[in-house]
Amino acid sequence: MTLEISRTFVDAILEQSRAEYPDECCGVILGPIGSGKALRHKPMLNAAHSPTFYEFDPKDLLSLYREADDNDEEIVVIYHSHTETEAYPSRTDIAYAGEPGAHYVLVSTRKEIAPATEFRSYRIVDGVVTEEEVTITD
Amino acid sequence: MSIEVRIPTILRPYTKDQKTVEAAGATLSAVITDLDANYAGLGERLLEKGALRRFINVYVNDEDVRFLGGLEAQIKDGDSITILPAVAGG
Repeated sequence: MTLEISRTFVDAILEQSRAEYPDECCGVILGPIGSGKALRHKPMLNAAHSPTFYEFDPKDLLSLYREADDNDEEIVVIYHSHTETEAYPSRTDIAYAGEPGAHYVLVSTRKEIAPATEFRSYRIVDGVVTEEEVTITD
Repeated sequence: MSIEVRIPTILRPYTKDQKTVEAAGATLSAVITDLDANYAGLGERLLEKGALRRFINVYVNDEDVRFLGGLEAQIKDGDSITILPAVAGG
């Protein structure tokens, strides 16, 4: 599997991760059901307001799924940032991963690699993490 | 008495891939017992040590059940229950 994502979304996600530092940032990219295409970016609030945890607010979560249903969309990408560690799913990321069909994107803003950043994508199914290629389109 | 329950993708293996199922019960607790009787194993994915799992969100109509009394939330005919796994991590 490969994640195909536009440069605009990649830049916007990295920008959001810097803006919300030192807290983790999070959000989704939606696409038409069954298409697998990441077409509509929707930044979400990290209700945990934490540098080590993220969680969509339960009310926002319901609105998100209702909106997706109404638009015949599904969640294609779920992303969040790691502020001080590698862009690799943590134990809690794996434990709570609830969308087996989604690309889980992690970005990292850790200092060791600054000003470079990491942008990586994974499938997380039944506790198994599989990294996938990311193709950035213009 | 019929209540519609919307099942998230990750739990559909328990409901033979059905997106919505019917259930009965006067409280959320009773509805979950009824669901588990028809879709074995589903109850355990929702409950832990007799309480709702922290990272499972349940809504009655548009309201988070945590604000409606949790498992004791009153359910009435025609209500719609939505189950959504939290989107969360570290």
